[in-house]
Amino acid sequence: MAKTIAEINQKIKEGKAVVVTAEEIIDITRDRGIKDTAQKIDVVTTGTFGPMCSSGAYFNLKQTKPKIKLGGGRTCFNDVPVYAGFAAADVLLGATAIPDDDPRNKVYPGKFKYGGGHVIEDLIAGKEIRLKGTAHGTDCYPQKEIDTLISLKTMNEAVLFNPRNAYQNYNVAVNLSNRVIYTYMGVLQPNLRNANYCSAGQLSPLLNDPLYKTIGIGTRIFLGGGEGYVAWPGTQHNPTLPRTKGDVPRSPAGTLALIGNLKGMSPQWIRGVSMTGYGVSLAVGIGVPIPILDEKILKYTTVKDRDICAQVIDYSEAYPQGKPESMGEVNYAQLKSGKIKIGGNEVPTGGLSSYAKAREIAGILKNWIKEGKFVLTEPVAKLPGPDDTF
Amino acid sequence: MKKRKVVITFPPHLINEPVSYHLIKDYDLRINILKARVVPREEGRLVVELNGKGQSLKEAEDYLAGLGVRIEPLAQEVKFLKDRCTSCTVCIPLCPTEALSLDRKQMLVDFHNDKCIVCGLCVPACPFRAIEVMF
Repeated sequence: MAKTIAEINQKIKEGKAVVVTAEEIIDITRDRGIKDTAQKIDVVTTGTFGPMCSSGAYFNLKQTKPKIKLGGGRTCFNDVPVYAGFAAADVLLGATAIPDDDPRNKVYPGKFKYGGGHVIEDLIAGKEIRLKGTAHGTDCYPQKEIDTLISLKTMNEAVLFNPRNAYQNYNVAVNLSNRVIYTYMGVLQPNLRNANYCSAGQLSPLLNDPLYKTIGIGTRIFLGGGEGYVAWPGTQHNPTLPRTKGDVPRSPAGTLALIGNLKGMSPQWIRGVSMTGYGVSLAVGIGVPIPILDEKILKYTTVKDRDICAQVIDYSEAYPQGKPESMGEVNYAQLKSGKIKIGGNEVPTGGLSSYAKAREIAGILKNWIKEGKFVLTEPVAKLPGPDDTF
Repeated sequence: MKKRKVVITFPPHLINEPVSYHLIKDYDLRINILKARVVPREEGRLVVELNGKGQSLKEAEDYLAGLGVRIEPLAQEVKFLKDRCTSCTVCIPLCPTEALSLDRKQMLVDFHNDKCIVCGLCVPACPFRAIEVMF
């Protein structure tokens, strides 16, 4: 018997909803069967916590006296430049922005200890940051310079926005060259000495809803410890790639654009990231609920690490040169075991997306829903699927 | 036999002295140098594993202290900042001695000071700067 989101929400409000994580659902379904489980379980929660460079935040700052028009001028937060091409007091900070002259970044490979991602983490942690700005000065905004301390409390609005996050699957990065390379997939040792992957696998949101049947524009989610929403398909959303029999894409496919109030978030779930030799990024904790509306949707949430495969890509040559060659396919059970086989070589694996944190997020979201603190939303529009033109 | 992993810091005037020779010959210690840095006219630092009889170890330490050499346990040189670590596991394949370990059931990373040889490979690899090496 199919359920509706409204029916599930009614149960959530009455404290009667049955909620489990995307990990727990695997064994439950194995023991009770699809039909029975689809009736019993109302919501499956997913989670992921990994670095995503395509993250940022926009802010509206309180005005000074006399007023200043930051729009069109130059503005920095803790020496990290923000984009000020909006109205007088609106600025946008990207996760990868770095100070113009940080000596720590000058000598190869560069440390990238502080940048946009860290400013966002500092703000959420309640720290004061230094706002410096210059403006051209107008009749209505006469002030030409500002240098002061601000914090999240003193801002009118602060909004986290991710043009792209929650990647549905990702590459496994290796290095075939004979020198160390520094990438967004981490420090890769020469001659296949490590292989880095970045996905929560069986806990990852879009791998549990591979055809975007329930996750759509307007879906309410756990975002950085607070509440957020799916705003749009993420940039580079590509639903048309080859898939397994279980409809799971074999390479990076769907993505989500996410939005949420930064003021409700926690520094535990929004963390600045320093990728040596690459740059600064932001790790964002995301949890997406999947309403179990029918058996098919349930079946998708029972996806296991061994059913999800990823492509091994050489980041010394194939990736930078834009060659589409994969060195082979491995699954997440193999990746998480600590070793994979590439050609005849056994290569130790490391992750960039924390499975432990993904599990924690799925657990937190589960409790929020069980306690009636978090109700589900009906998506207002679907994300483009494999059969849509977009 | 006792084993100790220590950091030995030599003041500038002792850099030309064959101190480790004396530790081996006079105190019958087995020495495994894990890391060394000598800056002429400033100081020399050694990370070593000292292996010997309890009594000899103690006498060797007295000898070093008498020379004005600083000897400290390695534990103070490497800091694993647990609250910064997210257990992403990217360091795991890099650590040569399994000082950084992963419980694959919980998928949680832990650090074991006694196994660390201060090679430093994990430091630039950690995206969250959870490991600090003072050496």
